[in-house]
Amino acid sequence: MKNRTKRGLWIAAGLAGLGIAAALVLNAFQSNLVFFLTPSQVAANEAPRDRNFRIGGLVEAGSVARDRDGLTVRFRVTDTAKTIPVIYIGILPDLFREGKGVVAQGRIGSDGVFQAKEVLAKHDENYMPPEAAEALKKAGHPMDKGAFAGQKGTKK
Amino acid sequence: MIPELGHFALVVALALAAAQAILPLVGAATGRGALMATARPIAAGQFIFVVGAFAALASCFVGNDFSVANVANNSNSTLPAHYRFAATWGSHEGSMLLWTLMLASWTFLVSIFSRHLPERMIARVLGVMGLVSMGFLLFMLLTSNPFDRMLPPAEEGRDLNPLLQDPGMVIHPPMLYMGYVGFSVAFAFALAALIEGRLDAAWARWSRPWTTAAWCFLTIGIALGSGWAYYELGWGGWWFWDPVENASFMPWLAGTALIHSLAVTEKRGTFRSWTVLLAIVAFSLSLVGTFLVRSGVLTSVHAFATDPRRGVFILLFLVVVIGGSLALFAWRAPKVGLGGGFAPVSRESMLLANNVLLTVALTAVMLGTLYPLFLDALNLGKISVGPPYFDTVFYPLMAPAIFLMAVGPVASWKQAALPDLWTRLRWALGAALVASILVPLVAGRFSVGKLLALWLAFWVVFAGAVQVWQRLKSAPQAGTWAKVCAQPLAWWGMTFAHLGIAVFILGVTLVRGYETEQDLRMSPGQKVEIGGYEFTFVGTREVPGPNYTAVQGEVQVRRPGSTAIVETMRPEKRTYHASGQTMTEADIDTGFTRDLYVSLGEPVGDGAWGVRIYHKPFVDWIWGGAFIMALGGFLAICDRRYRLRKAAVAAQAGLAAGGAKA
Repeated sequence: MKNRTKRGLWIAAGLAGLGIAAALVLNAFQSNLVFFLTPSQVAANEAPRDRNFRIGGLVEAGSVARDRDGLTVRFRVTDTAKTIPVIYIGILPDLFREGKGVVAQGRIGSDGVFQAKEVLAKHDENYMPPEAAEALKKAGHPMDKGAFAGQKGTKK
Repeated sequence: MIPELGHFALVVALALAAAQAILPLVGAATGRGALMATARPIAAGQFIFVVGAFAALASCFVGNDFSVANVANNSNSTLPAHYRFAATWGSHEGSMLLWTLMLASWTFLVSIFSRHLPERMIARVLGVMGLVSMGFLLFMLLTSNPFDRMLPPAEEGRDLNPLLQDPGMVIHPPMLYMGYVGFSVAFAFALAALIEGRLDAAWARWSRPWTTAAWCFLTIGIALGSGWAYYELGWGGWWFWDPVENASFMPWLAGTALIHSLAVTEKRGTFRSWTVLLAIVAFSLSLVGTFLVRSGVLTSVHAFATDPRRGVFILLFLVVVIGGSLALFAWRAPKVGLGGGFAPVSRESMLLANNVLLTVALTAVMLGTLYPLFLDALNLGKISVGPPYFDTVFYPLMAPAIFLMAVGPVASWKQAALPDLWTRLRWALGAALVASILVPLVAGRFSVGKLLALWLAFWVVFAGAVQVWQRLKSAPQAGTWAKVCAQPLAWWGMTFAHLGIAVFILGVTLVRGYETEQDLRMSPGQKVEIGGYEFTFVGTREVPGPNYTAVQGEVQVRRPGSTAIVETMRPEKRTYHASGQTMTEADIDTGFTRDLYVSLGEPVGDGAWGVRIYHKPFVDWIWGGAFIMALGGFLAICDRRYRLRKAAVAAQAGLAAGGAKA
């Protein structure tokens, strides 16, 4: 009987441990979800004020400006319907270009400027971030996927 | 002509794979020796034809045959020859062929190094591997033929993605795939055991070296990928909890649990069903990893143009393989049995805790990786799960596992005494405590997390040292070297692998705790002091490369107050001719205790550039630790008992035959 009680206790301890682990995991999961929003959604005030989120779209042509310090960059992200100003301090990834797709992560300031902590690096110039493509589609200007993926039979 | 030959070789290989799957399995089920005996020669034949197909594709790449669509899309005549060869597996089609080649190679190796296995067993193992191979060959021939012609042929190829033009990328995929596919051996052994309805210590001993080998390759593959991200992506990070990384990390976690659970099954005959289940899970996750990364579900440097037919095929394949093997498990596992009991304080219970923790960590990583994909697939919105989630979940789960990692090898099987453990390990405990307090005292920046991580790492090192010392002291041999040689290699392997984990933790903790990262604008002649070094930006100039033109910066590194140059660093901004793509090539000065990392951002006027300068203490220990782990694994595989067992196995086989009749 004593052995059985002991074993029961061990099993209970194990289950309690698992329960705590599950609670920790779900709690961390809940507080670290990063939502994706289109510029139109941000303009409609759907953006959370107190947590990070991602926006995606095109870097508006002619919108990129650099401050005197050489590191502060201001640009606008558009889904062709609405435009959100973005500020970023640091070195941009290689494939950041005006008129190309971009995804930025950060939070919105009280002045309505999106303060990007991260501008996501892309690996291929032909590649359109799916979030950005989604934003354009929602705004009613879907980009032809082929125009970006352009994998098949393109000749030099 | 060569592409057609390659295509033909694939078709023949498919036919052979089908034969390899059907004949031996039927033979094993009906007890016909002639059918079972076909397994080995067919496996050899399949191997030859897959090698032929791979050689054909490689020769198309090296020979610039742009009439093959795959070559035209992923190579270029100005690409240096070794990258043209590596481009063979730089595309979706090519990587599937590499997968199949690895599978055929593992199958062939199993067929050679299994002379001592019972005929029925090996017939089933090779049969299961034939089934897997059949699936992949069918997939290739139906949806991703690497030899598809293109009419009219292209005059010039579109080039390999510049990010992949790197020596690390040449060996990363083969290593990773060796690991992924290696788990197919453990998987095949597990299924064979389930079909047979018999699973014992001998079974565990057969499948152990194969599983360890796969795990070693996977470890190296992941380390290479992480190293590549560090020096090639220009961000200086080494792990981002990116879904692509997680895709390779999940099978690693399952594989790590599996090699430990196999140890218990071999030594004590316990954990049997669990071991089989883990073998199935490890291989399934390898398949899921391949699928996630290569199908375009995840967007990254690995993903290629997506074709819905491919996705459907792979999903079906996954359902058949995973669903089928789990169903078999549910049906047959009760037959396999559970094995003997053990006390709450024993090596078994610690390994059980290790397995539970690894599995929970695996589940947490899986949740963070797959949940966004499910939401997206169901059109419920786009989300991503950030690194903070993985950090907050992963570290607390691994901390107890690492604590036990130092205790487990000292504890006895079946029942261990806590007072005895305390006597043996108290010095290690104290020394680790002192060392982990000393580091922040000397280097500054005190934090609880750092203290705990350092303590765990030192704890593993010192407990390992204590164990080595105690074992050598009690060995009867005369002379230290004789004592060292007298210990089994498997034990040395485990000790090294655990040491590798400690080195890895030290690297991670020290780089996280003491690194300096700065993005700044630098004009020519400007100086900046970072991490105890003085960096002077001299300027930039144009430099031609084999298939690119680069703007090369020059940064001189000195000790503050000294004029002697420690190192001249030349980071580059390359523009590739064929694709016009720009790429940052960081310059890294690697040292035992620190890396200096300089990369160029953009020109910001007047000859000034945005420059990124990092000082990363002990960062190389991260990969060093991974390689020590793999080294430990390879040592363990070389253990005598995996080779000198013919006599014992012959006896086992006799028993097995008797058992089968009964």
